[in-house]
Amino acid sequence: MKSGVVYTETVVHAAPEQFVADAPYQLAIVSLEEGGRLTARIDGERVVIGDRVDFVEDRNGIAFFRKA
Amino acid sequence: MRPVAIIGIGKTAFGAFPDRDLRSLAVEAGQKCLADAHVSPSQVEAYYLGNFAGPSFVGQNHLAPYIAGAMGITGVPATRFEAACASSGSAFYHAVSSVAAGLNDVVLVAGVEKMTSQTTPKVTEILAGAGDTCGEVRAGATFPALFAMIARRHMYQYGTTREMMAAVAVKNHENGAKNPLAHMRKVITMEQALRGKPISEPLTVFDCSLISDGAAAVLIAPLERAAEFTDKPVKVLGVAQTSDYVALDQKDDITTFQAVSSAAQKAYKMAGVTAQDIQFAEVHDCFTIAEIIATEDLGFVKKGEGGPYALAGCTRLTGPLPINTSGGLKSKGHPVGATGVGQICDLVYQLRGEAGERQLERHSLGLAQNLGGSGATAVVTILGVA
Repeated sequence: MKSGVVYTETVVHAAPEQFVADAPYQLAIVSLEEGGRLTARIDGERVVIGDRVDFVEDRNGIAFFRKA
Repeated sequence: MRPVAIIGIGKTAFGAFPDRDLRSLAVEAGQKCLADAHVSPSQVEAYYLGNFAGPSFVGQNHLAPYIAGAMGITGVPATRFEAACASSGSAFYHAVSSVAAGLNDVVLVAGVEKMTSQTTPKVTEILAGAGDTCGEVRAGATFPALFAMIARRHMYQYGTTREMMAAVAVKNHENGAKNPLAHMRKVITMEQALRGKPISEPLTVFDCSLISDGAAAVLIAPLERAAEFTDKPVKVLGVAQTSDYVALDQKDDITTFQAVSSAAQKAYKMAGVTAQDIQFAEVHDCFTIAEIIATEDLGFVKKGEGGPYALAGCTRLTGPLPINTSGGLKSKGHPVGATGVGQICDLVYQLRGEAGERQLERHSLGLAQNLGGSGATAVVTILGVA
């Protein structure tokens, strides 16, 4: 399972047309343990920079992570 | 290379104009520019147009000959440049290259965008097309979201605060209120800026530039011929365009725009000046954090000191380094394809002493910085009185 650390994050209130129903949602750039970074959605509890997160699942091509 | 001069400028007002179409805006700016230089359409040897998303916003392609033809300019190269919000900065860079190389003498460079006929969620979606649609955008990133993540990281690494970002918005509205061509001519308070509606945390509506319609144009020629057209030529001392990765998650450090730093170094070298010589600047404040980072990447202040510099009032009209005397993208407006050439026009107003209430006392050397996407394209231009 992929894990990583939150490099940066935001909570999106003004969403693009296709994600209006999801807003507000948290988006983060995760520094992966295996190397590299990934832009992902955060499931559940809000995270801040430095938090450890684990991969949850892929939904419609979007990676979801959750606070470890 | 031949030295190049700006011999004419023309701008429409920026704003929401439901009864104006894209072509009429671009034609108005072009015709004002030709009139300013006393040049007829038949004298124009090439038309370079910056436009980000005309096909998506208004369904029109083949824009450059479409607009040139409407001005009576035919039989010349007419080409559209697309580099997200740096589209017309890029058009300017390439137009200067062609005149400097001796391929053309009199070249009209313009930028236009017509955005307000779409709903805000649709505009947000179209603008997101300047990001990585297979990565960050698919995950739900918008441009405010990308710059919000940049802001969060800048706050984390350098202690930048929301007050520092709000100070940029307050200052730009103060300047824009004095600009007759600005989209939102009203002053705002620090309190208002901090309590604005959240767009993408920590950015509020007051941290974000405006969705605008508008066009701008400049006419360039070899410096040696400038006197044929104008008694107020402005010299293009330096201009550079550079690139970086499109996706934010591919960059090592998102608190700096490498493309801006490298374009600035090239432009300073070409102009034979340093950051400390620059007297005033128009920078790409698509979001307040972007202006703070620009002051750092351009070398005006050290890394991490852009926020305190803005909060201390150093970039106000009365400060040691006035930035965005036009009101910037925040208050003047941001018709994205028009922004790069619009910034050049705003420098020229100052250089010619035509900036009205906003006129600076020191106005012989100015810099413009135009950014595309979250930093994948940067254009830096340095202009001086000839």
